[in-house]
Amino acid sequence: MERDTHFILGVYEDEDVLLHAVEKVRSNGVKIHEVYTPYPIHGLEVVLGYKRSRLPIAAFLFGMLGTTLAMTMQFYMMSFDWPMIIGGKDYAAFPAFIPVGFEMTVLLAAFGMVGVFMISSNLKPWAQPRIFDIRSTDDKHIMAIDIANNSAMDLEKIKEILKSSGATEINNKSFE
Amino acid sequence: MQVTSSVRQPLVTGGKTYHDVTHDVSRQVEGKPSMLWFLAFLTAAGVLALGSIALIATLWEGIGMWGLNKTVGWAWDITNFVWWVGIGHAGTLISAVLLLFRQKWRTSINRAAEAMTIFAVICAAMFPVIHMGRPWLGAYWALPLPNTFGSLWVNFNSPLLWDVFAISTYFSVSLVFWYIGLIPDFATIRDRATGLRKTIYGALSFGWDGAAKTWMRYESVSLILAGLATPLVLSVHTIVSFDFATSVIPGWHTTIFPPYFVAGAIFSGFAMVLTLMIVTRKVYKLEDYITIGHIELMNIVIIITGSIVGIAYITEFFIAWYSGVEAEQYAFINRATGPYWWAYWSMMTCNVISPQLFWIKKIRTSIVATFILSIVVNIGMWFERFVIIVTSLHRDYLPSSWAMFYPTWADVGVYLFTFGLFFTLFFLFAKFFPVINMAEVKAVLKSSSEKVKK
Repeated sequence: MERDTHFILGVYEDEDVLLHAVEKVRSNGVKIHEVYTPYPIHGLEVVLGYKRSRLPIAAFLFGMLGTTLAMTMQFYMMSFDWPMIIGGKDYAAFPAFIPVGFEMTVLLAAFGMVGVFMISSNLKPWAQPRIFDIRSTDDKHIMAIDIANNSAMDLEKIKEILKSSGATEINNKSFE
Repeated sequence: MQVTSSVRQPLVTGGKTYHDVTHDVSRQVEGKPSMLWFLAFLTAAGVLALGSIALIATLWEGIGMWGLNKTVGWAWDITNFVWWVGIGHAGTLISAVLLLFRQKWRTSINRAAEAMTIFAVICAAMFPVIHMGRPWLGAYWALPLPNTFGSLWVNFNSPLLWDVFAISTYFSVSLVFWYIGLIPDFATIRDRATGLRKTIYGALSFGWDGAAKTWMRYESVSLILAGLATPLVLSVHTIVSFDFATSVIPGWHTTIFPPYFVAGAIFSGFAMVLTLMIVTRKVYKLEDYITIGHIELMNIVIIITGSIVGIAYITEFFIAWYSGVEAEQYAFINRATGPYWWAYWSMMTCNVISPQLFWIKKIRTSIVATFILSIVVNIGMWFERFVIIVTSLHRDYLPSSWAMFYPTWADVGVYLFTFGLFFTLFFLFAKFFPVINMAEVKAVLKSSSEKVKK
């Protein structure tokens, strides 16, 4: 797809150095493609300027759908389709329908949200990720800078900014 | 960015670096299994095979193979069901509730505890399914499926049906929560591997690349799943307790059941986590990750929940007397002094007295004492369910139908089958999956390890 893409990678060892580095690199006008880290770093999404994830909204909507489905199903089956008096309860025994309503809310909220997460992050068993540096799932933080997005900047200047921000290594990376 | 008080105990000892974490956990997956693992696995698989004889006999002949009779229509099956579900609760408590409370010590134990949850729930769910007698028709009795009788639907007023929804939701949400946590660690193993292993773990890792944006979403998903799993886990054992509490059997018909069952579930679950983790940390040499500090904290949870359970036992007795209901009073006197007195007092000793030993620091920081007491607690919790179920049933309103329950070989065998299944699955997990959540341990390493990485 991006045959000619060419990346500069800054390798960082410490999460706090990385956070300051991201701020510094961005304030120097360099556009960061993405940062790859072996574990979640709190505040990284803030310094990278990412908008808050809307996954909680998805979870809420799927949860509402779960409640609605569960309640509709129970009232339809118990109160309309085949009404029966069981245990002296009303045909529409609302309190007795709450447990199943709750469980289906949780089920749909969880599965719906995780499904949206999988799709939005392109997580699937046959996905072939672009690995910039294999150590990014072990102990190194990798800052990838796409040269095509920074055509106004001098390459050496970018490398200098990376170096002064605390990168321990600076590498080039191209994908076939 | 994270600030931790200097008086806190380090969560990871031995001056581990990030790479050490990767190495120490991944090498268990990559290396050849030890003799000890093979021995343990074969024992578990042997128990599974032996137990399956009883299972097949039960399915072939019907549940008449069990020691149930007209008076005691529920005994070992439901006892084992409640016991296994209860054990499962600790995994969710560790991964979800401790996440919401920002307890960082959960990171070293949550993976294995969640695995235990999933396997325990599988074992638990087997019992109601087997008790259907003809489980291949069971979907019609348990799920609201259209059928040729009307459709005649399942009864949504029944706690037994609520259980179907609660247990299946609990199982599937726990599985998803567990798997989301596994994805980054599978990616770590993928990036260390070559050949077939790279392909397999590559598929398991779902193409994870560790991008900051994905991590942000991952954190968001984890938090919401924890928020959903917390009321879910409380609801599951609450609904399990409704199976009894909504009936009119003396000894079952009490409002204290939901909180008391949930506390008991966490109590037995933490005991099982301790049993498993003490062995795992030793065999896999993970003493720097699962420290004495972790064991001590889990023992404190055991003291708290054990005390809640103890208070619940005493409250039940008091309320039985205070209610003035003769049948209720008799049910409790019969528990303590009737033909099942030995089960009652085993329960009291194991659940109320033995965890109080953990008030002594020497005992709660001793591996051997913790290991023994963790098994004692689980024996006690099995007896608790047995006492509640069998002693309340065996002397019902009609003295002419009073009876005793004696388990048959098939009762014992089916219970053994679930033991075999549980340990077989756990040993397979321990060999092929990373037993510690590497990414989460790395995330707390800088603020909470003994020697932070420069």
